[in-house]
Amino acid sequence: MIENILNIIGIENYIFLTVLLFCIGVFGVLYRRNAIIVFMSIEIMLNAVNLLFVAFSTYHQDAEGQVFVFFSMAVAAAEVAVGLAILVSVFRNLGSIDIDNLKNLKG
Amino acid sequence: MQVLITIVSLGVFCLLAEIFNLRKLLVPVTVIGLLGVLGISLNLWSIDSSIDTNYLNMMATTKFSSAFSSLFIVLTIFILLMSDDFYKDIPTKFSDFIAIKIFLLAGAVAMVSFTNLAMFFLGIEVLSISLYILAASRRLDIKSNEAGMKYFLMGSFASGIILFGICLVYGATGYFNLEEIYALSEGVGMPVWFPIGVTLIVIGMLFKIAAAPFHFWAPDVYEGSPALTTAVMSTLAKVVAMATLYKLLSGMTVALGYKVELLIVIISILSMTIGNIMALRQKNVKRMLAFSGISHAGFMLMSLLTLSTAASTLLYYTAAYALAGIAAFAVIIMVTKNKENENIENFNGIGKTNPLMAAILTASLLSMAGIPIFSGFFAKFMLFSDTVKAGFLIVVIAGVINSIISVGYYFKLILAMYTKESNEEKVAIPFAYTIVAIVAIVLNIVIGIYPSLLTDLLQ
Repeated sequence: MIENILNIIGIENYIFLTVLLFCIGVFGVLYRRNAIIVFMSIEIMLNAVNLLFVAFSTYHQDAEGQVFVFFSMAVAAAEVAVGLAILVSVFRNLGSIDIDNLKNLKG
Repeated sequence: MQVLITIVSLGVFCLLAEIFNLRKLLVPVTVIGLLGVLGISLNLWSIDSSIDTNYLNMMATTKFSSAFSSLFIVLTIFILLMSDDFYKDIPTKFSDFIAIKIFLLAGAVAMVSFTNLAMFFLGIEVLSISLYILAASRRLDIKSNEAGMKYFLMGSFASGIILFGICLVYGATGYFNLEEIYALSEGVGMPVWFPIGVTLIVIGMLFKIAAAPFHFWAPDVYEGSPALTTAVMSTLAKVVAMATLYKLLSGMTVALGYKVELLIVIISILSMTIGNIMALRQKNVKRMLAFSGISHAGFMLMSLLTLSTAASTLLYYTAAYALAGIAAFAVIIMVTKNKENENIENFNGIGKTNPLMAAILTASLLSMAGIPIFSGFFAKFMLFSDTVKAGFLIVVIAGVINSIISVGYYFKLILAMYTKESNEEKVAIPFAYTIVAIVAIVLNIVIGIYPSLLTDLLQ
């Protein structure tokens, strides 16, 4: 086994860190009311997973995981582009980006 | 793979057609193109489970993928035929909408024919991002904006959960390839991350299907989106997500444990009950069909209980549900075209002013409720008998009770059409809607009379 930093730190700690970051993201989505902060929280969730992908990729000595990170980064960028476009049109109509103001649909 | 490449090149054609001012040709060319793709897809039938090694084991053409891809292509053709009239008021963006729908289909096809989780993730993202755009596509309408925003937030939240699940599965097995994961999943000494990862992927997919504890976004999004987008979401997107969940579960795990089956039973019963009971008190037809879709998701989830044999039943159920949904939405779009909302009052008296449309809507609602000669009945019948054979009597009892409840709200709409007086003049119906509605309901009845057309396909 090659002596690398991953063996010293241990893969479990990477998983704990990722779960922590992921949960920060989840609670950000659930509790923050400002749409941009919600977007940022979603980004934290996705990037936490990217971190774990890279860690697992090193752990398995397999490049596939790192390639997957490129895919997920590209997808996240596309997603945020669409999300910001929707946000702009919401702002034009409502004059605010507070997601509590989105209450027209109830039943 | 050929199917996917052809679909994507059709999408690129749509974008180019805008430059060369070929807007009029757009729908005919794409529909003919999609019919060609349907031909390719059916032609690949004889090839079974041959992985295209040229494409790095990313996709495989199996009978399952060909059958579901063909269903998606047929549904997209119906949606495209309706687009021509639906987007008449915004002609400059027409080619974009058509292109987005074609790319959405590409995502759907990738989702049922993947053999690598990377392809699965890309497929689901292509499908979802297209749907976010379509949901928010009425830029000046605050309801459409709100629907798009809510769908975006919930959808990307679910994507994050799915991504985390994929990551944990990769960490446990070291592979993204479905076959390798399947082979490793039987082995002992699997880290605890593996079941957690599979669970996270399933939770993310349940978000996309809109099954019970994760359904809260669906009614708002369905109501606020433009009607044609709602048609896409409630037919195509739901069927795609369900087929993918089936493929994922049967592809990644050898057998579901007792606990997982218990969970599926609970989620299935919850979805059916919540969907139906909430649908009873809705006034908006789109919202009512959203709750009806939630209850149908519960029915479809039953097929996961007989995981190894349910592929053909699932295909039949999804085809019956989606065709009835397309026919219903064709009529709903037509009736509520120049109205402010989609309330049931708008449907008063159509039975007299527009008997053909009323008959089609009645037929599609009866099919969803599960009345014989329509395929919805045989779909439920097969699903129930499979599930009883597998020994899950309780979920079938809940299913039968829920079918009876569902008749209540479907008949509310039917009664409004036939017994109430209309206060509207007769309106001219665009030809496309009539054709789509008639063909969809005829297909529904044909597979109802000859169920073996579909059920023998995946044996």
